[in-house]
Amino acid sequence: MIIHHPILGPRDAQEFVYLGDASLIGRPDGLTASIEEFHNYTYLRDNPAGAHRELWYHEQGDRSWLVVTRNTVTHEILQVELARDVARAEGRSK
Amino acid sequence: MSQSNRIAGGLIDRSQTLRFQFDGLPYTGHPGDTLASALLANGVRLMGRSFKYHRPRGPISAGSEEPNALVELRSGARQEPNTRATVAELFDGLTAQSQNRWPSLKFDALAINDRFNSFLTAGFYYKTFMWPASFWEKVYEPIIRRAAGLGSLTRLEDPDTYDKGFLHCDILIIGAGPAGLSAALTAGRSGARVILADEDFRMGGRLNAETFELGDQAGAAWADAAVGELASLPNVRLMARTTVVGAFDHGIYGAVERVSDHLLEPAAGKPRQTFWRIYTQRAILTGGATERPIAFENNDRPGIMLAGSLRAYANRWGVAVGDRTAIFTNNDDGLRTALDLQAKGVDVVAVIDSREGGALLPGIRHLRGAEVIDSAGRLGLSSITVRQANGATEVIKANALGVSGGWNPNVNITSHHRSRPIWRDDIAAFVPGTGEIANLSVAGAAAGTLSTHGALVTGDASARAALESLGLTAKAASLPKAEDAPVRITPMWYVKGANRAWIDPQNDVTVKDIKLAHQENFTSVEHLKRYTTLGMATDQGKTGNVLGLAVMAGLTGKTIPDTGTTIYRPPYTPVALGTLGGRGRGQEFKPFRLTPSHKWALEQGAVFVEVGYWLRTQWLPKAGETEWRQSVDREVLATRKSVGICDVTTLGKIDIQGTDAGAFLDKVYANTFSSLGVGKCRYGLMLREDGMVFDDGTTARMGQNEYVMTTTTANAVTVFRHLEFCRQVLWPDMDVQLISTTEAWAQFSVAGPNARKLLQKVVDQDISDAAFPYMGAGNITVGGLRARLFRISFSGELAYEIAVPTRYGDAMIRKLMEAGAEYDAVVYGTEALGVMRIEKGHVAGNELNGTSTALNMGLGKMVSRKKDSIGMLLSQREGMTRDDGLRLVGVKPVNPTAELKAGSHFLKTGAVARAENDDGWITSLVYSPHLGHYIALGYLKNGAQRIGEKMRAVNLLAGTDTEIEIVSPHFIDPEGERLRA
Repeated sequence: MIIHHPILGPRDAQEFVYLGDASLIGRPDGLTASIEEFHNYTYLRDNPAGAHRELWYHEQGDRSWLVVTRNTVTHEILQVELARDVARAEGRSK
Repeated sequence: MSQSNRIAGGLIDRSQTLRFQFDGLPYTGHPGDTLASALLANGVRLMGRSFKYHRPRGPISAGSEEPNALVELRSGARQEPNTRATVAELFDGLTAQSQNRWPSLKFDALAINDRFNSFLTAGFYYKTFMWPASFWEKVYEPIIRRAAGLGSLTRLEDPDTYDKGFLHCDILIIGAGPAGLSAALTAGRSGARVILADEDFRMGGRLNAETFELGDQAGAAWADAAVGELASLPNVRLMARTTVVGAFDHGIYGAVERVSDHLLEPAAGKPRQTFWRIYTQRAILTGGATERPIAFENNDRPGIMLAGSLRAYANRWGVAVGDRTAIFTNNDDGLRTALDLQAKGVDVVAVIDSREGGALLPGIRHLRGAEVIDSAGRLGLSSITVRQANGATEVIKANALGVSGGWNPNVNITSHHRSRPIWRDDIAAFVPGTGEIANLSVAGAAAGTLSTHGALVTGDASARAALESLGLTAKAASLPKAEDAPVRITPMWYVKGANRAWIDPQNDVTVKDIKLAHQENFTSVEHLKRYTTLGMATDQGKTGNVLGLAVMAGLTGKTIPDTGTTIYRPPYTPVALGTLGGRGRGQEFKPFRLTPSHKWALEQGAVFVEVGYWLRTQWLPKAGETEWRQSVDREVLATRKSVGICDVTTLGKIDIQGTDAGAFLDKVYANTFSSLGVGKCRYGLMLREDGMVFDDGTTARMGQNEYVMTTTTANAVTVFRHLEFCRQVLWPDMDVQLISTTEAWAQFSVAGPNARKLLQKVVDQDISDAAFPYMGAGNITVGGLRARLFRISFSGELAYEIAVPTRYGDAMIRKLMEAGAEYDAVVYGTEALGVMRIEKGHVAGNELNGTSTALNMGLGKMVSRKKDSIGMLLSQREGMTRDDGLRLVGVKPVNPTAELKAGSHFLKTGAVARAENDDGWITSLVYSPHLGHYIALGYLKNGAQRIGEKMRAVNLLAGTDTEIEIVSPHFIDPEGERLRA
């Protein structure tokens, strides 16, 4: 597979490490969340046949974490964003 | 025999003679021959035995679809099983052996299986070897394994090398027949970067096997000229002997180039094969078509082959397989073979045409509406039995029979992303489905366009479309005039009969087996395949699959498209694992990382151990030490008595800087770091989000906004990845920067009562206890060179870790040993390190096993609940905080001379050794030279409350049951006085 890195252009998937569902961005706050909420965050994932937003890490590259939107059926990559930008857009800060 | 079946013509170089051996007998052939064509030229039709019934077999094809003619090629360490004789290029000195026969190819003892064929039907294994279950491993499997399989392995190491390579192009063209050459010429002339790959050693595809003319040239001559022009274009790369084996994601194709298979031995420095990964913008599949047979009784005898292959042997290789040849066909292409052979002077005794109508062939006995119903000849065809349209049967003497049931487009690669082929009634074949592989188009016979003219036109058109989509302009092409005969076929799949008619000859799947599968309700194609093993042999059903499917369709009364089809997976043809492995074998399988003291340790005769990619000193034997324990015990005792040095460079080091560095560490560590004073270090415990312990290590605060984290050796990479995740994804606005400095610093632990005295001789600053107290950290200098010093201890002794820039690591170990000479300083390895950490009760990899919590380790209080940190909340889950859960304990044998065994489980005195009585287990175990007996760490249920309890350590595998006492995990200096000395 080839992932079009937003900064570095097309890169072979071998340079990346896969983590999984981009829902991991939405980590609840441990001081205010319930254990159940945290359990859902940690363990529950959707498994769509189709577009899937997922986290990839450019370990053999610039160490960017990326959000890659990939069709799990065709492997077509629909969008690649810097995870930091996505996280900020989702309201994460410090 | 001297090439008795060689006839005039062909694309072989008769000016040179090549010598080769098959089953020990000498033969000759010519450059341009394959092993199969040369054997056939020498009158050898029998080349192998079938998988199950051990029936005598010869080649049925002239290409990579061959199911029968599998041989062991070469001898000694280069011997290669299951090589298709039909694609093995002949070279001088080639040796080959037939396989799956004993004692000889002509007399095979296991041919007795053929007599028992009524028992060895589809599903035989499933029905026969069902019970008792205990018989599987000891009785059935060894018998089946011995009888199964075709070729044998040498068990010698392959002396050749294999390579991997990467190529990039605008357009990859797969297959160099008329369509591929036409596409390549159009694309190449336009200036696009083109790769043209073909599995054959001679490009041209069917043009080399036919007598067609293109324009005013013979087809093969036109192909030759086209290849010549392409070779002159700098933007075109021609790859003969290269099979494109798979279509992968995003325009990446895998290809195997047989660089040296056509040579006796690879030339110096050359690999035997190269696995290419080809990155493409566009790809065009011009892989041609494969002929399929018609099944009839005893249709598997040597001498019976595909009609187009019989023609190929005559036209391309100048070989007449027999001197009395018959043809059995349901389509016009079969008639071509008759005409070509007749033109070559071969006696065509009859053409058995299953169709009623159509024109009669001139000058040939053309039997219309007829069928071949049986054949005879023990080791090769001697006659066929024909039933004519009027029902009369006749035995016709023939030693070669060409069979044509039509042509299947080679759709294989188009299925690699699960696209299903589509049935076309007009050609009675599947053609590629559409749209599944992005930027791949299909042209020529592979797309179902089976005439030469059609191949040229569609190849050119595909190339034009590809060029246009890339923004390139195609030049006008003038295509040569070529034959454009329509496909005339009346589907006919098998001749009804009571005996066996083969569909998949390699796996011995017959029409009867398909009927049986149908009878037992295995009618779906996927079930049919697995129940009968149809298409599961090395040829993957290239000739048999569609035939088997059609037979099933006939039985169920459904149409072929309604019956469905299995789809193909990579690879297109078998690929040796060695080729996929490339150079990653033996020592080259993974890289080694060497510590800064490696050279010194090597000089000292150290024993090394692999730790991840690292090689670390395991122990360092002194003269006279013959047992590893002697060395390890000495290293431990010398360190505890005076001073020992250990290279700890392999531990991960991460520099963390920024105004939020402290707050960041509070998030990633369970305990608090923002409150740590500058110039101090602290033990940190890192959890996973699920509350299990992830990693541990010491982190020092070197400045207000600057920390240095250490990780375990094993987790250096994953911790860094995790920190980047936390920094970029979870808390993107924190001002914190990370860099791994694991390889930037050479770091040595200096431990023991004389550690300070030794180091004071080396460093420039005062490191007295007052100036550099326990858990102190700071930047210092060593003879003016920048260095870092940490007063931390893993061994439990007064200890420091000193770091210098890596390039000074070798000098540093020598300097330390020189300065330590007066204290009898030793270097200790990973074994002694392990002994001392267990004596001290520190957890390491065995305890940090991914299923342990801080509470399990006795470190529950370290998890701060005043702040949010990774894993904090889920570590508080009910099941993980129970009072009677596992706790880290120390273990010693009640009898100090007793030996403890790793992996032992804790049992109460008198308890039966069953899972429900299991109270925990030993995680780490060593002999403590300091205490003079075995000690261990382990996880024990409710362990903290059971100190002093006597119980048993039981290891059922080792057969040991040892009385033990549960003690504190801190075997030495529990108050930590030594650390603070």
